[in-house]
Amino acid sequence: MSTTPVKDFLSDFGDLVRFMMRFFNRFWRRPFEGRELLRQMDEVGSKSFLLTSVTGLSIGIVMAMQSRGTLIRFGAEAVLPSMLALSIVKEIGPVITALVLAGRLGAGIGAEIGSMRVTEQIDALEVAALKPFHFLVVTRVLACMIMFPILTLWTDSIAMFGGYIESLIASGIDYRIFISTAFESLRFSDVIIDTGKTAIFGFIVAIVSCYLGFHVRGGTREVGQAAMRAVVGSSLLILLADVVIVRLSLLIFGDVGS
Amino acid sequence: MTEAPVIELRDVYKSFGSNEVLKGVDLLVENDTSAVVMGGSGSGKSVLIKHIVGLLNPDKGQIIVNGKRVDQLVGDELDTVRLTIGYLFQSGALFDSMTVYENLDFFLERHSSDSESERAERIMETLSWVGLPEKRDEFPAQLSGGQKKRIALARAIIMEPEILLYDEPTTGLDPVSVRSVSELIVKLREEKGVTSVTITHDLLCAEIIADSIHFLHEGRFLTSGSLDEVRRYNHAAIATFFGN
Repeated sequence: MSTTPVKDFLSDFGDLVRFMMRFFNRFWRRPFEGRELLRQMDEVGSKSFLLTSVTGLSIGIVMAMQSRGTLIRFGAEAVLPSMLALSIVKEIGPVITALVLAGRLGAGIGAEIGSMRVTEQIDALEVAALKPFHFLVVTRVLACMIMFPILTLWTDSIAMFGGYIESLIASGIDYRIFISTAFESLRFSDVIIDTGKTAIFGFIVAIVSCYLGFHVRGGTREVGQAAMRAVVGSSLLILLADVVIVRLSLLIFGDVGS
Repeated sequence: MTEAPVIELRDVYKSFGSNEVLKGVDLLVENDTSAVVMGGSGSGKSVLIKHIVGLLNPDKGQIIVNGKRVDQLVGDELDTVRLTIGYLFQSGALFDSMTVYENLDFFLERHSSDSESERAERIMETLSWVGLPEKRDEFPAQLSGGQKKRIALARAIIMEPEILLYDEPTTGLDPVSVRSVSELIVKLREEKGVTSVTITHDLLCAEIIADSIHFLHEGRFLTSGSLDEVRRYNHAAIATFFGN
């Protein structure tokens, strides 16, 4: 065999890009699987609700606890709510939420579609003229793109609530002061852009997982590998995409306070 | 004037990488007949049947179904041909997350203009036809192997196809289930007049359902005819297969 890992990687990446193009070529065409889209939104949304709530609460409390000591040392404890809001809304909330969801949904989607492939269920859809790409891929990708920003807003809110609870216990801060301090440094565009970018993270998780599931060959071992690769691949791509999006948003909208 | 064959494969070649699976296969299946393709494991039987429904495309050769070149069709044109074909998969390929009823309704809802009550009537009629109306609310995981095949058969015929393709319909079944599934296939042809191609290595199944048997070996048909004619054909692969 003369193929190298680099060649394999480029070949896989090329196939993934073609799969993405297929999505953009198909998602606006009939048939529209509205009911399946709603079912997938429920699968992504309501079933991730507890997970993102716990994640948000823990992020908020831990960040407040960790930052308080440092801020006190510099006599800047008053900026804690503001610092929490900026870091949670602009970066920690979106990225942590996307990574947590990549773990849950990437593995789930990769394994589910992979199992359907090896048990010929996708072929069964194909021969019945039921357009499996629309039914399985388009619905999952759109569901993730819609639900990731909503879950991120929820996680951000719970994280801020966690930060407030920690601050209340540690310094007895009034909630009105906490809220006004927290949001005075945030711009509306920060919330829109940094929450909106999770739609791209949702796209990445769903398209990578669907792609790997759709192309499983073999049996249960390969299905497991596809699920694992879906989590690893989508997590890495989320981190890379974040760097690009942050760089672009800084170029376009400028830094905080500018 | 003779009637045109419903299914015709002309000089079909198919390779996967360096593995040549089909090496010039020709097959004619007449209307309202049951053709059985037999052969050892890895002889290319499943690859062959997947060409008929456009799941695979040949590297060379022609696949003609009801006068249309399936190998040249894409999109809605291919779907139109596919709607005339029912396919029973080796594993059954029932959708795990749906009940038996939903498995059948999933097809019907998208391809027919029937109301919900008309669809329900048609589904129950089909389930009764395969002898399992009481399983309507069960999930595939709750069914036995034979029951799964029967439900998969119900799903394959719910759209009343003109052609049925069976990929190893009796694999993994006990002899009683083999007979009952095979008899169901015969009943289907007698009552609904469908043309069929069956892939099997099960002699009992072949004996019950076949009008003609085609023996595939190393990507080519060695011989065709009745079960006895094929069994008597003088070739080491056939002697090994039939245990002559």
